[in-house]
Amino acid sequence: MAGSNPYKTYLNIFILLMFLTFVTVAVAQFDFGALNVPIALLVASIKAGVVALHFMHLKYEDSMTWVFALYPIFLMFLLIGFSATDIFTRVTN
Amino acid sequence: MTDHHDFDKNYLENGKGFKSWFFSVDHKRLGVMYLWAIGVFFVLAAIASFLIRFEHLSPGQTIVSAQTYNVLFTLHGAVMVFLFIVPGVAASFGNFLIPLMIGARDVIFPKLNLYSFWVYCAGSIILLGSLLAPVDTGWTFYTPYSIDTGTNVIMVTFGVFVLGFSSILTGINFIVTMHKLRAPGLTWDRLPLFCWAAYATSLLQVLATPVVGITLLLLIGERYFGLGFFDPAKGGDPVLFQHFFWFYSHPAVYIMILPAMGIISEVLPVFSRKPIFGYKAIAYSSLAIALISFLVWGHHMFTSGQSKLINIIFSVITFAVAVPTAIKVFNWLWTMYKGSIELSTAMLYSLAFIFLFTIGGLTGLFLGALAADVHLHDTYFVVAHMHYVMIGGTVFGLFSAIHFWYPKMWGKMFDEFKAKIAFVLIFIGFNVVFFPQFILGTQGMPRRYFNYSPEFAFLHQLSTYGTWILGVGFILMLYVLCRPTGPASANPYNSLSLEWQMPSPPPTLNFKEIPTVNDSTYAYGTKIEQEA
Repeated sequence: MAGSNPYKTYLNIFILLMFLTFVTVAVAQFDFGALNVPIALLVASIKAGVVALHFMHLKYEDSMTWVFALYPIFLMFLLIGFSATDIFTRVTN
Repeated sequence: MTDHHDFDKNYLENGKGFKSWFFSVDHKRLGVMYLWAIGVFFVLAAIASFLIRFEHLSPGQTIVSAQTYNVLFTLHGAVMVFLFIVPGVAASFGNFLIPLMIGARDVIFPKLNLYSFWVYCAGSIILLGSLLAPVDTGWTFYTPYSIDTGTNVIMVTFGVFVLGFSSILTGINFIVTMHKLRAPGLTWDRLPLFCWAAYATSLLQVLATPVVGITLLLLIGERYFGLGFFDPAKGGDPVLFQHFFWFYSHPAVYIMILPAMGIISEVLPVFSRKPIFGYKAIAYSSLAIALISFLVWGHHMFTSGQSKLINIIFSVITFAVAVPTAIKVFNWLWTMYKGSIELSTAMLYSLAFIFLFTIGGLTGLFLGALAADVHLHDTYFVVAHMHYVMIGGTVFGLFSAIHFWYPKMWGKMFDEFKAKIAFVLIFIGFNVVFFPQFILGTQGMPRRYFNYSPEFAFLHQLSTYGTWILGVGFILMLYVLCRPTGPASANPYNSLSLEWQMPSPPPTLNFKEIPTVNDSTYAYGTKIEQEA
C-alpha cells in the first residue's frame, strides 16, 4: 500500500460511506421525477467505487487488474444499453 | 485433504477408496472426477433424448403422455446444458491438462478447485432433486410460463444458481493459474492452444455466469414473493427475462465449444506432423470469440417482440462472430495441408468436428439473418443447428480428447480398430438423427411439439432410427474404453507438448523439477522435433 497510514484512510472512507448512506436516505425523501433512479444509482456508484478503490485495493493494482475490473462495467452498460434500446424503440399497436 | 507428496507414485495409485478421491486436491483426480460426473449426466440426458425420439416414432402418443414428454425434453435440455456440457470439457480436461501443459504442479488454488467440485455436486443434487415434481418449462425457463406452471421451477433454477458458483470459481482458478504458474520460458506466444481456449472460456465463465444467477434469483423472487420483474400485470416485461437469460446463455455456447476447439488445435498438428498453421490467429480468435459473444444475444429473440432497430443491430453483429470461428477452421485445414496424416481415432473425431461444426456454424448464419429466422425460429431447424454445434462440435471434440489423452490419463492403450468402428457408428448415427431435422424445420415442423402432422412422419422416423445407431455407437465406444489392451508408453503419439514428456499416468506432483520451455509446442516436422 502506497505511502500514508492505511488505517486513517480506511476510517475516512468509512465516514464517507456513512455520509453517503445518509445522502441515499435523504434524497429518497424527495420526488425528482425521472431523475429518481439516476440519482440513487449515482450515489450507489460512488460508494461502490470508493470501496473498490480502497477496501479492495484497486487503486494500488497494476493495469491488468484494472482491465479485469473495468471490463465487467462495460458489459453491464452493454446489457442495460441494448435492453433499454429494445424497450424504448418497440412499436406497440 | 489428501495431499501426499510421494513422487514415485502416479496420481492413480496415490491413495485408494472414496475418501482419497472425494477429498483430493490433485487437479488430475478432480479432472477425472468431473469426467466421470459429466459422463453419468450425459448418459442420463441421452436416455431422455432416446425416449423423446421414440415418442416421435408415430404421430400422437407412442409411449408417453404429452406432460411426460414436456418433462423429458426439459430434463434432457437442463441436464445436458447445466450438468454436462457447460462444465464439460473445461472442468474435466481443463483441470487435468492445464497444469501439465504449463509446467505447473497443480492449479494455483487447489482447495478452491476441490470446493468448486463439491459445489458442482451440490448443484447437481439440487437440480436432480427437482425430479420429485419434474419441470416442464424447457431448459430456458422462459417467462411467463415459468411463473405460472405448477412444477418445481424454484428448485431447478436454484440448482442452476448453485452450479454457477462452481463455474465461476473454476474460471477464476484457471485464469490466475495461467497468469502466475507458467513455467520459465513458456511465454504467452508459446502457450498451448488448448490453454488459450481454456483462458477465453474462463473469462466467459467469470463474466457471464453472474448474470444468469441473478436472473434466476429474480425469477425465484417472482414465483415465491410475487415480485413484478417479468409480469406485465405488475409493470414487468417478459422479454426482459429473455434479454438477461441470453446475455449469459449465448456466451455459454462458447463456454461449451471453445475448449473443444482447443482440443482440435492440439490433436491436428500431432497427427498431421506439421506445426499448427496460424498459431497467433487461432489464439487471438479465441479471445475475439469471447469478446464478440457478449454482443449477439438478441439473435435468440428476433420473433419475441423485440424492436426492429435492435433486431437489425443484433443481426449484423451475429455475422461478425462467424469471422473468428472461420479463422480457426481455415487454419486447421491449412495445418493438415501436405501433412503426413495419421487417421487415429482421436484424429477421426477431430476431422468429424471440423466437418460437423462447420455445418452447425453455417446454419447459424441462416438463423442470424432476420428474414430467414422469422420462418425458421423455434422449428426443428434450430434443434438440428444447435445439435450440430453441441454434439458435432463439443461432444466430438470431447470424444477426440478422451481417445487422445486416454494413454496419458489411464496409462493404458485401447483397441484402435474397435474404437474406429464405434466412431463410424456414432458419425453415421448422428447425421441420420439430425440432418433430417434441418429438412423438418424448413418444412415448418415446430420444436418441442408432442404431436405432428402425418406428412412429417418419414423424417421423424428416420431421425428416431438414427438414435438407435448412435446408441449402439456410444455403447461400443464405452466398451472399448473400459477394456484397455495394454500399458501405454510415456508418449505413444510422439507429441511435443509438456504433458507427454512425463510417465503415463503422470506422477502425483507432475514435475520433479519445473521444466524450462525453449521452443514452440508445435514444431512438428522441423529441426526442433528431430533434436527433441
